[in-house]
Amino acid sequence: MSSVAQKKGFGATLWDWLTTVDHKKIGILYFLGGGFFFVLGGIEAMMIRWQLHIPNNDFVSAGLFNDLITMHGTTMIFLAAMPILFGFMNAIVPLQIGARDVAFPFINSLGFWMFFFGGLFLNISWLYGEVPDAGWTSYASLSLASQGHGVDFYAIGLQIAGGGTLMAGINFLVTIINMRAPGMTYMRMPLFTWTTFVASAMILFAFPPLTVGLFFLTFDRMFGGNFFNHTMGGNTIIWEHIFWIFGHPEVYILILPAFGIFSEIFSIFSRKRLFGYPSMVFATVLIGFLGFMVWAHHMFTVGLGPTANAIFAVATMAIAVPTGVKIFNWLLTMWGGSIKITTPMLYALGFIPSFVMGGVTGVMQGAAPLDYQLHDSYFIVAHFHYVIVGGVVLAILAATHLYWPKMFGTMLNETLGKVTFWFFFIGFHMTFLIQHWLGFWGMPRRVWTYMDGQGWNLANLISTIGAFMMAIGVIVLVINAIMTSVKNVKVANDPWGDGRTLEWAIESPPIYYNFHATPLVRGLDTVWIEKMEGNESGLTPAEPIKDIHMPNGSIIPLLMSFGLFIAGFGAMFRTEESWGLPVLIFGLLWTFVSMAARSLQDDTGYYIKKDEILRDLKRKGGQN
Amino acid sequence: MDLNKKFTPETWPDHPERATLEAKNKFVGFWLFLGGETILFATLFATYVALKNSGPSGFGFSTQELYELPLVFVMTMLLLTSSLTSVFAMYHLRNYNFKKMQLWLAITAFLGLGFLMLEVYEFSHYVGLGFTYGNSAFSSAFFTLVGTHGFHVAVGLVWVTLLIFRNAKRGLNLYNATKYYTFSLYWHFIDVVWVFIFTVVYLMGVVG
Amino acid sequence: MMKGLKKWRLFSLLAVLTVFLAGCGQEELSTLLPAGQVGKDQFNLLLLSSGIMLLVIIVVVTIYLVALVRFRRSKLGEDHIPEQVEGSHKLELVWTIIPILLILLLAVPTVYYTYKLGDVAAMGAVDEDGNAENLVVDVTAKLYWWEFEYPDLGIVTAQELVVPMDEKVYFNLLAADVKHSFWIPAVGGKLDTNVENVNKFYLVFEKDSQDLKDGVFYGKCAELCGPSHALMDFKVKTMPRPEFDQWVTAMQNTAENQVVANQDGQEVFQQSCIGCHATSGVGESGAQGPNLATFGDRNRVAGFLDHTDEKLVEWIRDTQEHKPGNKMPSFDKNQISDAEMDALVEYLMGLSVE
Repeated sequence: MSSVAQKKGFGATLWDWLTTVDHKKIGILYFLGGGFFFVLGGIEAMMIRWQLHIPNNDFVSAGLFNDLITMHGTTMIFLAAMPILFGFMNAIVPLQIGARDVAFPFINSLGFWMFFFGGLFLNISWLYGEVPDAGWTSYASLSLASQGHGVDFYAIGLQIAGGGTLMAGINFLVTIINMRAPGMTYMRMPLFTWTTFVASAMILFAFPPLTVGLFFLTFDRMFGGNFFNHTMGGNTIIWEHIFWIFGHPEVYILILPAFGIFSEIFSIFSRKRLFGYPSMVFATVLIGFLGFMVWAHHMFTVGLGPTANAIFAVATMAIAVPTGVKIFNWLLTMWGGSIKITTPMLYALGFIPSFVMGGVTGVMQGAAPLDYQLHDSYFIVAHFHYVIVGGVVLAILAATHLYWPKMFGTMLNETLGKVTFWFFFIGFHMTFLIQHWLGFWGMPRRVWTYMDGQGWNLANLISTIGAFMMAIGVIVLVINAIMTSVKNVKVANDPWGDGRTLEWAIESPPIYYNFHATPLVRGLDTVWIEKMEGNESGLTPAEPIKDIHMPNGSIIPLLMSFGLFIAGFGAMFRTEESWGLPVLIFGLLWTFVSMAARSLQDDTGYYIKKDEILRDLKRKGGQN
Repeated sequence: MDLNKKFTPETWPDHPERATLEAKNKFVGFWLFLGGETILFATLFATYVALKNSGPSGFGFSTQELYELPLVFVMTMLLLTSSLTSVFAMYHLRNYNFKKMQLWLAITAFLGLGFLMLEVYEFSHYVGLGFTYGNSAFSSAFFTLVGTHGFHVAVGLVWVTLLIFRNAKRGLNLYNATKYYTFSLYWHFIDVVWVFIFTVVYLMGVVG
Repeated sequence: MMKGLKKWRLFSLLAVLTVFLAGCGQEELSTLLPAGQVGKDQFNLLLLSSGIMLLVIIVVVTIYLVALVRFRRSKLGEDHIPEQVEGSHKLELVWTIIPILLILLLAVPTVYYTYKLGDVAAMGAVDEDGNAENLVVDVTAKLYWWEFEYPDLGIVTAQELVVPMDEKVYFNLLAADVKHSFWIPAVGGKLDTNVENVNKFYLVFEKDSQDLKDGVFYGKCAELCGPSHALMDFKVKTMPRPEFDQWVTAMQNTAENQVVANQDGQEVFQQSCIGCHATSGVGESGAQGPNLATFGDRNRVAGFLDHTDEKLVEWIRDTQEHKPGNKMPSFDKNQISDAEMDALVEYLMGLSVE
């Protein structure tokens, strides 16, 4: 079984990773997969900025530029930010609630492989030569008019990846509802677990509309549907509604876990309990709820009429209130604490001003008449990068440093970490602060070039220089990761020294069944409580050591996802190639047979015997 | 989990579908899944309502003339009855009466199959009239909404058939009890969706 | 200390505002130098919201910096264990209620302006004689050019919108192929041109475009519409009402009294161009290519190239090179010889009503 996997050869190790259902390994897979796409999306971003660094540049063609912006946005949102966050959720949330695994290990693995094959499908468009080019929003009239298979790659690739996301969402929900250790009441859950919970609930309600919208797009483009074809009675505004009913919650799906990560960091490195924990939880839930009420603020200029615009304007501004509560709670967590500036804390400190900037420009755009000016200008580009880079990406980088020891058992170099931070942070503000003014000065977004003499040259050049500084920061991080992995200096349970939650009371990385005995949770920040009371281990077991039930690994998730991947090509070439339809059917059948095989084989897992756990404990030379 | 553990009606738990942690997970997870499905159908309904009767200029189909209410009524009755028979099956699941449960599920599947065949007939009838999928935005929205429901029925049929045959020789245990139970949840959900389709699409189409 | 802090706040506010005002952009296309009532309303909302938001930023940053300076572990010692404060209902109430008040302060004018700018009730109004009281322009956005029809005046033009000053001008917006968005940054916010429905709004132009650098305001397409989205510019000429009336009359006369600067050029035009382009300003929207009745008066070739003979030739010779994905065919030397081209260019540049 997986406990002896370490000593196997390359083939066996590979097989172990392909079939793993261990949440920690799937977390690492998500992290690496998302990291790969993050680099890819970053390269696309650099090409975009290089094209725009001078007026009338011809570094890329108009068509290629549209490919780049579309793939940059799609990749960063669906294939980088969300999977990397899923990586941390997988790696950390079960530990935080004292669980041995997630509720559905098999589905967890399926979710990862669907994301992976969906992302692969989307990016094969680069090799095929016809790339999605209608923007990450793929508004219907343009996405229907787009020639070639580009938008088909978008519709099918996102469909597959989106299915994986939905499964991950349900999985986290059930995990948090059912798998909490004794004493881990809802109001004792760490904030990262809470935000994961709310974000997962949002996934559950936001992704089905995307699924439907993508089906409509697929049917319209490939199967003769007419949902968005206005000459046949269709309506393109339906796509805009559906997309944003998904799309707006999506940004909260990204930012809430980021809030969770920063809540952990502020608390740990201020050595202080999170200020106003109940209001933090309430604010999280409220943001999640309001997130579904404001989608039409992306559509102020569509012509929905003043009443709709006014309602959605006020609803949008309302979100500022719970978000403000969070900001002040973080500030007051630092106030009176003992602040230690480590790399993760540095990111958290950088996050506050950056995110406040992004938040207030959001409120400005919530003022509908003002948005008529700002919408689809560079101002909005600046705004959402302030929120997503200044919020989500800073959180991802912070968590990379914070949880690296928990995921890989070794610490990233702190000096290099700080170098990364300063390059990234200064580069980020250089890139995007000036873009607010580009918007004011009349520069529309998604332009592949601009004429000289409009007063935009210097600002664009500054922006490009900033972007390359961010790239340097990321390169330093990659070097840091490689160096650290080669040195591989093992660290103890709580390398930061001030861990407050359960994940810091077990080994780094944890043994495959996480806890030798399920812990008893005695309050918020249970490990901190135990330590303050003199229990050095930080844990009190809730039960004697006994047999542990574990799930078996399985290759079926990979096979099922691969079937959908194949079917996607069949659907795309159905009408123009004779092999299209058979391949579509074959792929779907492949998936179905794999699923049936899973269903029929009665895989009920296996038990780790008590003796084995005791042996592990003895080898470690201690209790728990 | 021990698949071979034998029960009697006395030792069989009151809620066999959530007697173990795995079962509880499946139970909660499936409810959440149905929550997501609800949103999916809500989106399809909204689109249908927005696009109904909408086609190219000179478009000749309308809900009033198109739909065959008597046929749809028979379909509705079949599906509603199948929901009832699945309730009987669940009654026997609780009673640990495997044979009766299987029988009622077989009847459920049979009724579902009848529904599906009538739906296929209905669709082919419309296509025969020239109301094809690509005919208009209205037809796309109609076939997608009702077809997605039909697809769910088909999936349910395959699922219950597999369940019936896979477990025919083994009888009930705490492992497959959850599977049977979630199937019945799913089947009720399909039934509820159909009630909405019958109201929003057919009744309001013909009367409204 | 507190007094010093307050002064410092005021100073930083002023400093930020100075920087803000210094970067106002160019007046033919900057939203920060509004040249009309709509743009001014929006600019005022910008000032109000920026002011409120700056206040928020200043408060947050102040608390943040003080906390960061005062509560460093290097100061407090490695072993210091802070008090584990749970929270403070009073404080939490304060930072819930104050933001709500700030939001209300912004929400009221927002709602007011939303209705004000969305009011197009007067659009179809007619006076006692049945004449339209307001100028209405039908805008049709196409890949990648703009058509402007004046339905009450019976004229149509393209690429350069001509409007009178100091009155409400109403717009009907529609896209002919894919969605675009109509935006004149210096005059007011944008509104999308959808494919399935007409959007209506109004703008007011309060500055004479003659005083601007190029004599025109810049208009932009603000919705991604394909490869040449970036090049889908148009220009706006504003003028006092009497001059506008003259322009309208001149346009109405182009049907009969056309300026013909080069007879040969006109022949070439009638062979190769007339299928898509009209040279009479009288008509309706729906043309294949932009109306050229005022071509000589325009500021740009194809919406963005310099208005010179050379650029015009380059454009006609290879349209895809300059504006990828546009619908105009290119004409090589077999179709239009160099000599014919020179004549055509002279003819086109001579088309003028001013």
